[in-house]
Amino acid sequence: MRPVAIRDYTLISALGAGRAATLEGLRTARSGLTPCDFPGADIPTWIGRVAGIEACPLPSRLTAFECRNHRLAFQALQHDGFLSAVAEAVRRHGRERIAVVIGTSTSGILETEAAYRHRDPETGRLPRDFRYPQTQNTFAAADFVRTALNLGGPTLAISTACSSSAKVFASAARMLAAGWCDAAVVGGVDSLCLTTLYGFNALSLVSDEPCRPVDRDRKGISIGEAAGFALLEHPHPGDPSPLLLGYGESADAYHMSSPHPDGLGAALAMTECLARAGLEPRGVDFTLLHGTATPANDSAEDRALSSVLGAGAPCSSIKGWTGHTLGAAGILNALIACLCLEEDFLPPSLNTLSVDPAFTSRVLLREERFTARAILSNAFGFGGSNASLLLGRAAA
Amino acid sequence: MIEAFVTGIGLRGPGLTGWLASRAVLAGAAPYLPGEMAKPLGDCLPATERRRATGVTRLALDVATEALGDTDPTAITSVFASSGGEVEVIHGIFEQLAGNDRRLSPTAFHNSVHNAAAGYWSIATGSRHPAESLCAYDDSFGVGLAEALLRCTDGERQVLLVAYDVPPLFPIAEFRPINQPFAVALLLDPSPSSPGQARLLGDFAAVPPMIEPMLDPALEQFRQNNPAARALPLLAAIARGAGTALSLGHGMGGSLNLRVEPCG
Repeated sequence: MRPVAIRDYTLISALGAGRAATLEGLRTARSGLTPCDFPGADIPTWIGRVAGIEACPLPSRLTAFECRNHRLAFQALQHDGFLSAVAEAVRRHGRERIAVVIGTSTSGILETEAAYRHRDPETGRLPRDFRYPQTQNTFAAADFVRTALNLGGPTLAISTACSSSAKVFASAARMLAAGWCDAAVVGGVDSLCLTTLYGFNALSLVSDEPCRPVDRDRKGISIGEAAGFALLEHPHPGDPSPLLLGYGESADAYHMSSPHPDGLGAALAMTECLARAGLEPRGVDFTLLHGTATPANDSAEDRALSSVLGAGAPCSSIKGWTGHTLGAAGILNALIACLCLEEDFLPPSLNTLSVDPAFTSRVLLREERFTARAILSNAFGFGGSNASLLLGRAAA
Repeated sequence: MIEAFVTGIGLRGPGLTGWLASRAVLAGAAPYLPGEMAKPLGDCLPATERRRATGVTRLALDVATEALGDTDPTAITSVFASSGGEVEVIHGIFEQLAGNDRRLSPTAFHNSVHNAAAGYWSIATGSRHPAESLCAYDDSFGVGLAEALLRCTDGERQVLLVAYDVPPLFPIAEFRPINQPFAVALLLDPSPSSPGQARLLGDFAAVPPMIEPMLDPALEQFRQNNPAARALPLLAAIARGAGTALSLGHGMGGSLNLRVEPCG
């Protein structure tokens, strides 16, 4: 495929708001995970909660969208000069030539959870100020971003659970290639809510300690929240921006909530990604794992990675910093890959004390200074939905 | 303009039981008689998964199965599009979380994801090709068809689009009044290699769509009420078999402009 330039990007998670804070957290091994204090969640677990969202209401012109999920998105948009970069892109292309593709798994359903606690005791009706289209509906995440940025190109939400915001890059790349837009804002946003906290708890997938990806004694996930956005454009010759070199998507065709034990679907996504990029497996310098820290997920991913890249492929999971940010996990991984490319470092897998001895990939336990050329970024979700992205630099 | 050929169609709704049985109604040659929709079967699923899958998922899989016909499902990419997704199981989760016992059913939780139907479809067919899952509120069908067309240009051999929406339960129904279920599936082939029902040419435009209402008032009401039923003008054009230009909403502000032409 023709590479796509990642002209600007921004992100927010428990690790920090914006690229500088994220980078500082990654370079100092400062985890964003804390004991679960999310209102109404009486679960012995740790979470990656973004501090201060409760105190950051949306501006008055966006009040109709008011909810935690959009607040998180809005906060992310304020960092890293992203608004200026979008404004520049509007000047270059026109607002109707910029697509918006946003991944989310639960959109603003925290609002609906609250509304169900405040039903009319007589009639059972929800409070009159409940705003279904602007909060609960999956499209609300995309509608909010498009409205906040005043963009007018093709707009959609992708919701494939935890692969959602990796797949936004593929969808936007197809629209760019077809000439349906000249630029695209892609994003992912998912915020903490009781549905996911109690849901993953019901599946016995949450750890009672900070998650320990790829560790011999890993016990499950820590749920986090995050938002990330990237501005995509066609690259120009010698483009200094990080590039999307390839994407691959696949399905496990195996089980709704467990991965194929040998990671066959995951391997297929990685293989297709490399094929689309025209890169041999040895050209991949590093992999940011989906690495959620459940026993089954990490084993399947290790097998998949080794089958595609060979044994000893260097890799890390960032979930020990951010928690598993579900629908935002795909873009968070991809944007951290961009940080690694630009800052010449490879992060370790935080909270990993002793790598599972059955694993054959090379999990980094210390930061490495390295000028990577191509980094693979994985995201896998319920329904067996897999997506891999390849981020890299222009050939010198 | 992106070109693709419609080689299979499936649909279910009250009074609309499958493509062949609905064709005359959609062409305007027979009256539309609303009625009860038969309970979805989901019989493409293995027995264990069929028991676990929701009614919404089974409805989506029924139209997918009809559109697929004899085509090898392992060779096919799929795109699922829905506004509300798994509205029934989500309501159950909200009720339980508002009560005293918040221990959710693990099956209910994994069934609640927007891509549940897409996941069950890949399990049913054994296809490891991508199974996409999208949402664009009332324009979910248009966005789904656009994504399916785009995938036809992206090295995918055949692409199956499945759009579905069912009425949310009370109390959400008051805020999202969808009165009748509807699901539609289109099998698209980027090349005219197989016998087709219609040739489509699609393009995006950043202006709201110019909608031609359905001639039958009941079908028009249905079209307006259920996001998946926004497919009806396209289905009518295919049923009539004459060249037609039409426009579908895309992303609540844009449109997918289509040229529909008969094949052969």
